Amino acid sequence: MTFELCVEQLLNGFQFGFMLFLMSAGLTLIFGVMGLINLAHGSFYMIGAFSAAAVSAALGSFWFSLLASLIFASIAGVIVEIVIIRRLYDRDHLDQVLATFALILLFSESVRWIFGAYPLYLDVPDILSGSLQIIGGIYYSKYRLFIILVGLLLAIFLFFLIGKTNLGVQIRAGQHDREMISALGVDISKLYTFLFGLGAALAGLAGALVGTIQSVEVGMGEPVLILAFVVIVIGGIGSIKGAFMASLIVGCVDTMGRFLVPWILMSLTDPSTAMSIGSAIASMLIYVLMAIVLIVKPTGFFGKGLT
Amino acid sequence: MIPERSINVVCISSLLIFSLASHYIGEPYFVTLATRIAIFAMAAIGLNLVLGFGNLISFGHAAFFGFGGYVSGILATHAFNLEPILDWPVIFIGTSDSIVIWIFTIALCSVFALVIGFFCLRTSGVYFIMITLAFAQMLYYFAISWPSYGGEDGLSLYIRSSFLNIDTMNGISFFMICFFWLILSLYLTSRIIHSPFGLALRASRHNLDRVKSVGITPFRIQLVAFIISGVITGVAGSLYADLNRFVSPSLLSWQMSGELIVFIIIGGVGRIYGPLIGAIFFVTFEQIFGSYTDHWQVFLGLLIIVTVLFARGGLIGFLSGSRANE
Amino acid sequence: MFKLIKSVIVLIALVTTSAFADGHKLKVGMITTLSGGGSGLGIDVRDGFMLAIRNNDNIEVIIEDDQRKPDIAVQLADKMIQSEKVDVLTGIIWSNLAMAVVPAAVNQGKFYLSPNAGPSALAGKGCHKNYFNVAWQNDNLHEAAGGHANSSGFKNTFILAPNYPAGKDALTGFKRYFKGELAGEIYTKLGQKDYSVEIAQIRASNADSVFFFLPGGMGIGFMKQYAQSGIDTPVVGPAFSFDQGILKAVGTAALGVKNTSQWSKDLDNNANKIFVTEFKKEFGRLPSLYASQGYDTGNLLISAMKKSSVKDADAFRQAIRAANFESTRGSFKFSSNHHPIQDIYVREVVKEGEVLTNKIVSIGLKDHSNAYVDQCSM
Repeated sequence: MTFELCVEQLLNGFQFGFMLFLMSAGLTLIFGVMGLINLAHGSFYMIGAFSAAAVSAALGSFWFSLLASLIFASIAGVIVEIVIIRRLYDRDHLDQVLATFALILLFSESVRWIFGAYPLYLDVPDILSGSLQIIGGIYYSKYRLFIILVGLLLAIFLFFLIGKTNLGVQIRAGQHDREMISALGVDISKLYTFLFGLGAALAGLAGALVGTIQSVEVGMGEPVLILAFVVIVIGGIGSIKGAFMASLIVGCVDTMGRFLVPWILMSLTDPSTAMSIGSAIASMLIYVLMAIVLIVKPTGFFGKGLT
Repeated sequence: MIPERSINVVCISSLLIFSLASHYIGEPYFVTLATRIAIFAMAAIGLNLVLGFGNLISFGHAAFFGFGGYVSGILATHAFNLEPILDWPVIFIGTSDSIVIWIFTIALCSVFALVIGFFCLRTSGVYFIMITLAFAQMLYYFAISWPSYGGEDGLSLYIRSSFLNIDTMNGISFFMICFFWLILSLYLTSRIIHSPFGLALRASRHNLDRVKSVGITPFRIQLVAFIISGVITGVAGSLYADLNRFVSPSLLSWQMSGELIVFIIIGGVGRIYGPLIGAIFFVTFEQIFGSYTDHWQVFLGLLIIVTVLFARGGLIGFLSGSRANE
Repeated sequence: MFKLIKSVIVLIALVTTSAFADGHKLKVGMITTLSGGGSGLGIDVRDGFMLAIRNNDNIEVIIEDDQRKPDIAVQLADKMIQSEKVDVLTGIIWSNLAMAVVPAAVNQGKFYLSPNAGPSALAGKGCHKNYFNVAWQNDNLHEAAGGHANSSGFKNTFILAPNYPAGKDALTGFKRYFKGELAGEIYTKLGQKDYSVEIAQIRASNADSVFFFLPGGMGIGFMKQYAQSGIDTPVVGPAFSFDQGILKAVGTAALGVKNTSQWSKDLDNNANKIFVTEFKKEFGRLPSLYASQGYDTGNLLISAMKKSSVKDADAFRQAIRAANFESTRGSFKFSSNHHPIQDIYVREVVKEGEVLTNKIVSIGLKDHSNAYVDQCSM
């Protein structure tokens, strides 16, 4: 095992982490401000990827397809918020879990109905394909660096939005005391719709970015959704800062686990067994991490004991 | 409006009549469906104890369902192949006797639920939802990659476990066994809910401080409820393994946990018969719409959303016009 | 009341059986995946099968969707056997579903013709006189990939597959024929879509070739990311990641990749030409590997029906075993454990106009049987 390999794997961990951040930022904001558990967040990820693939097939432009993912996912988000979600804010978590679980069924099967059962195609633009020499013998995929960059820019944008703008004041006020912001004369239903749309757009963009190097298929959202929930729970629900830190931690733990656990076991037993057991342990690792964090700190790193 | 008690009686008796009638007109598949309903209902009844009455939303109850399934699957496989599970300190070659299997399932599920509950119940609210999911996911990935018992391929059992002298391969006999368990778990839940313990459990849902002030430790109450809940769901899993003569990691998936919650909420949260009505509705819907279109899940999704938005209190609440019985 | 219903049903049953009394009528139960993940494969098998039997009035088919859930598949099989009284079952795509359904079905005296899954357990100790596999034994295509690696002169190969039974079978199958060294061996998480970690290890390993088995969306992700990584080590895989249905999603990343398959669109035989033309005409798309397997299953069934009624199980079994039909793959025989003996080809992904597809470049293994024949006492 070489130094170069370790650096590359660490970059992979960061790239995965930034990806998770795009998903979990919306999820944690929606939970923090509106108190809503949204299982259908993964569906916006899928909608983003499918609309990007459709636009890319029609226009042949990667950049338009990214734009399309933002637009279509946020439109879907806004419609869902107005028609269904806003009736769920003052319900208990159980109703929210069920209604958004039903939305997953609805969206997945509808997308399959429209686009058919086979995966769609999205590809990396020429300018981002291939890899870049960073330093010495370390090469890294340009496209993955691009994902890291987008994730970083959006993280800065979100911290700025919440920390420095008028809207951010309202959002933070909403996290602490919902009655207070309506007393401040803020049109709370518009704020909610905006936030939900923003969360959906981020998820949609994540879907398009990842769909480009993975596959665009029905059901792609749910595994990512589960991971995003792991992230926001570790970070503390409602906290963007927590989501950011936890994203990077989960990204690195998962990546390094897949790489290091079998390698460590290899010194104890034969390669084939080590790989097979190691990979089993690695796939359980982030859930173990989450369980440990919650046992030690039952509301995550930055949680305020919201229930 | 129909009184809730009548709805309950109609549901439980129609399940029985439906399966008997299907048996006599020679439609064994409908008997299988009725058995599936009874087992799913029982699994959800177990979950309902903590979810409906203790407001502990476990999103990981598939772990118990699958665990129960694997306990009985593993015992039966070893008995079938005559390969000992244990060589030491005693030689134990497994068993295909249902009663022994159930005892094992109950014992192992309580230990399993004790361990999981002990950690999970330190958290609450959404954190509880997620930590239960985390444990179920760990078990799921473990089962997929654990080669001894088939991994993702699962474990085929070839024949059902024996129960007294009854021919369990006969659909209607096996239905009766499951139906008996269903009634037993309904009765048990009802007794628990109306006991002082049940009152304390329901009180802990609303006002933790008040419960603490009368000298009850909510953690202990919740832990005991969680164990009973896990055991009921685990026995249901063991029956499901027997029904299909097959266990696989899909029983442990988070979608399975989701479906159990769906049964409860469609039927009506915090109602003893809610899960049964939810399961009847779900399986019937799947059968009827599934035969018309491959895209039946779209309609299921729409229907659930309408139920949540407009029929609060689930189907029972809708039919009886009452809110959940507190 | 029940008596009345019962007698009505008996009456209906009498009418239908008498209508079926002349000629070799047969009822087929098809359990396959038509909704949810992986439904593309089930749809192709169904379409291929229905195309083969479309002009045959003696076959009645009942199709049910298993949603890729083993428990649903088992219950559907019970339904088909007990309520629908089918003679032959077919259709299952996934090994884990086949393992759940097949043993019970064949033990109840039904025939099962597998159009896709061929788990080793059903080829070896668990073989059965009424179980026939019309596609391949699971290891076959991987073994051919191992053979191809030898003939291409690869000495140091990196291999990877998901950590589940079919994945382990794949790597075992490859290693059974590959004579070189392994530069690395990795089991990935089932359903994993990002392979940055594994690709980095491939880069660091100095392998001269890569073999992978990653079915469905997993393979799409791997191929695209591999192409992006700039590693130019050649890749070999079984046909599943390069088949017609999936190629569009992999895109140009797949161009030039060698893959092993028992069938290809450009196989030069009469049955295949008819199949490809008719399939395109009927469904408006190019047929896939799975469609060809469904089609062959249908034709095998018809060939057996011509010789014997399914009611005479022994004669019907003989008729199937003879495999006296024109396969889209050219020569096709059954081995003693009822799995195909067939040529496995090496194909290359090419572009025909705007469409990505495969063309045959060589034969990987000729008249290839399977490794489990000796374990089957039949």
